[in-house]
Amino acid sequence: MKHVISMLVENHQGVLSRISGLFSGRGYNLESITAGVTRDPTISRITLVCYGDDVVFEQIKKQLNRLIDVIKIADLTEKPAIHRELALIKVKAEPKIRGEIFQVADVFRAKVLDVGTDSMVLELTGSSEKIDDFTNILQPYNVTELARSGLISMERAKKTAKKTKGGKQ
Amino acid sequence: MSMTGAQLVIEALKSEKVDTIFGYPGGAVIPIFDVLFSEKSMHVVLTRHEQGAVHAADGYARSTGKTGVVLVTSGPGATNTITGLATANFDSVPIVCITGQVPTHMIGNDAFQEADTVGISRPVTKHNYLVTDIKDLGRVLKEAFYIASTGRPGPVLVDIPKDIQLHKTDTTFPQRVQIRGYNPLTKGHSGQIKKAAELLKKSKKPLFYVGGGLHISNSIGIFRKIVEKTNVPTISSLMGIGALPSTHPRYLGMLGMHGTFAANMGVMSSDLLFAIGTRFDDRATGDLSKFAKGAKIIHIDIDPASISRNVSVDIPIVGDAKLILEELYPILEKPSIDSWIEETGQWKKNHPLSPETSGDGISPPKVIKRISEVFPDAIITTEVGQNQMWAALFYDFKKPRSLLTSGGLGTMGYGFPAAIGAQIANRDRTVIDIAGDGSIQMNIQELATAVQEELPVIVAILNNGYLGMVRQWQELFNEKRYSSTCLARRPSCPPQCKEPGDYCPPYIPDFVKLAEAYNAAGFRVVNEEDIIPVLKEAKKIRNRPVVIEFLVSREANVWPMVPAGAGNNEMLLGEEDLI
Repeated sequence: MKHVISMLVENHQGVLSRISGLFSGRGYNLESITAGVTRDPTISRITLVCYGDDVVFEQIKKQLNRLIDVIKIADLTEKPAIHRELALIKVKAEPKIRGEIFQVADVFRAKVLDVGTDSMVLELTGSSEKIDDFTNILQPYNVTELARSGLISMERAKKTAKKTKGGKQ
Repeated sequence: MSMTGAQLVIEALKSEKVDTIFGYPGGAVIPIFDVLFSEKSMHVVLTRHEQGAVHAADGYARSTGKTGVVLVTSGPGATNTITGLATANFDSVPIVCITGQVPTHMIGNDAFQEADTVGISRPVTKHNYLVTDIKDLGRVLKEAFYIASTGRPGPVLVDIPKDIQLHKTDTTFPQRVQIRGYNPLTKGHSGQIKKAAELLKKSKKPLFYVGGGLHISNSIGIFRKIVEKTNVPTISSLMGIGALPSTHPRYLGMLGMHGTFAANMGVMSSDLLFAIGTRFDDRATGDLSKFAKGAKIIHIDIDPASISRNVSVDIPIVGDAKLILEELYPILEKPSIDSWIEETGQWKKNHPLSPETSGDGISPPKVIKRISEVFPDAIITTEVGQNQMWAALFYDFKKPRSLLTSGGLGTMGYGFPAAIGAQIANRDRTVIDIAGDGSIQMNIQELATAVQEELPVIVAILNNGYLGMVRQWQELFNEKRYSSTCLARRPSCPPQCKEPGDYCPPYIPDFVKLAEAYNAAGFRVVNEEDIIPVLKEAKKIRNRPVVIEFLVSREANVWPMVPAGAGNNEMLLGEEDLI
């Protein structure tokens, strides 16, 4: 099963290697890992996507928690959360089929970043599934390069207002 | 007051009340050794290899509970510590290992004696640091000691580049420490503790299963009170040995691959396994699909990652074993388990450990039993293999922290340097390394250290001329194909030799001459009746190490044995069980 973990870590050198080393050393499957600084420059947020059954995933969380540099872990697998990934896609685009590719890109709300004589670069933001779909659809046009950012995630904002004292409106 | 980084390091060690440093100097750490030259409050033990330094600090730490300190140089100095750090990390031993590093501006340039020490040591330490700014040095050292000694203890490495050691700083060693990502839970959940007490009260076949965590948390006293109050039979992992005296009526022995019949039958028949400070290691559990199937499991451990990793636990209690057991003690009630006590007692009575072994030569278990008689209150260290199992099974342990052995990593060469560290910390006790002729040679260079330090460590070498435990496996599972396990073998030997005989070449080295070459005392025991006189002779020597070589039965095996992959009740009890 696929799991998404979002965590806050000390913004030190070597933190990413501690985490990726934990995965390789203990034989856990890591699909993607992204890192970036937060509002507090001493803290980074790391989002990682991993695979494993419930027992393995429980161990992954515990082992991550054991790392001194890990401050907080949130398991976003079951929670309402927004997941986004960014992809840059270079696709063969002879002048006569450019129009078709533009149309496909439009359907997926992808941006055209660059157009050359025989290829173009598209940018797409969305869920990992959406990016999978888009690249699949572009396959017949010959995708020559694909760069994906890995997932970043955030828990959704609360949708129910707190009850005010004094009850009903 | 301004001081250098090197001076700050020593101030930090003083502030942490460090009295002994195990180390080995080198180019990148000269500034710190220079400060130590005139420092009177600390004794520097110069080992002969950095691995020996870490094992010695480990023995010092395990036997006392204090944090062991290591100081070595960059590059090979640091890489030589890795086996020692991994050993300590596996067995939760508090160590602070300070390594020199090439100057910061040279890091990454493949400088002389440069190694990525933090990268190499990351998986074998609890935490590690590379100090790149002198302003961080005091805080890092404070954190290192705090992390090493709290929670589940472990080794912490601090890598200090040479220029940082020489820089002047106004920063001091802080008195307080605050790490936002590290808050080990110590107090157990009261609701869970009550549930555990309830379950124990109702149980018909309860069993305490204790591990090294009981020694680490200093909870042997309260645990023994709990056993007196509840009368519940107890089994131990290798690391838990000494939790109850070996002769205690409720003690069934060590479980696992070379566990006792009573312990292994107990764990397979119990309806409640109450585990404390143990991690259900595969050598203890055997085939997990068959392990303790009829039992509910309570598990106290300070490391949440140890809980429900190998076996699924019904009542987990995360926290410090001592605090939890103290909270548990007053609410515990004695369960009615007379028939269970009778049953476990019968197992113990009908299947005691046998000190007899096959073949000519002294029986190794008898050597251990005689050591136990002549030195009833010793700290025993072991190497790894048959010597380790015989020591664990046949020495009568009475006190906590008296068996120092590499349980998790299984490091041959651990026992002798660990004995040196333990002897330095416990000058008034006898410290004995029970060794095999193979493993003692992995750190035999430390004889020089022991002689120079005038330590009366006794090294009891059970010499069978083989890497005995591997040979035992080859005998039982590989039709006696003794591939690379005979330590006497020469080109003139019969090809594919399957047994020792008159044609065997002389053994090397001559351990007695070797001991004498180092100015240690050396004895050789060939006959069983000479064991006790020689041990008594060794007892008189108090100012230098004693090496005693026992020529033991060459093909003696450790029994009982649960073959790898079998359930714990599928034991081979002795030669008679072999087809």
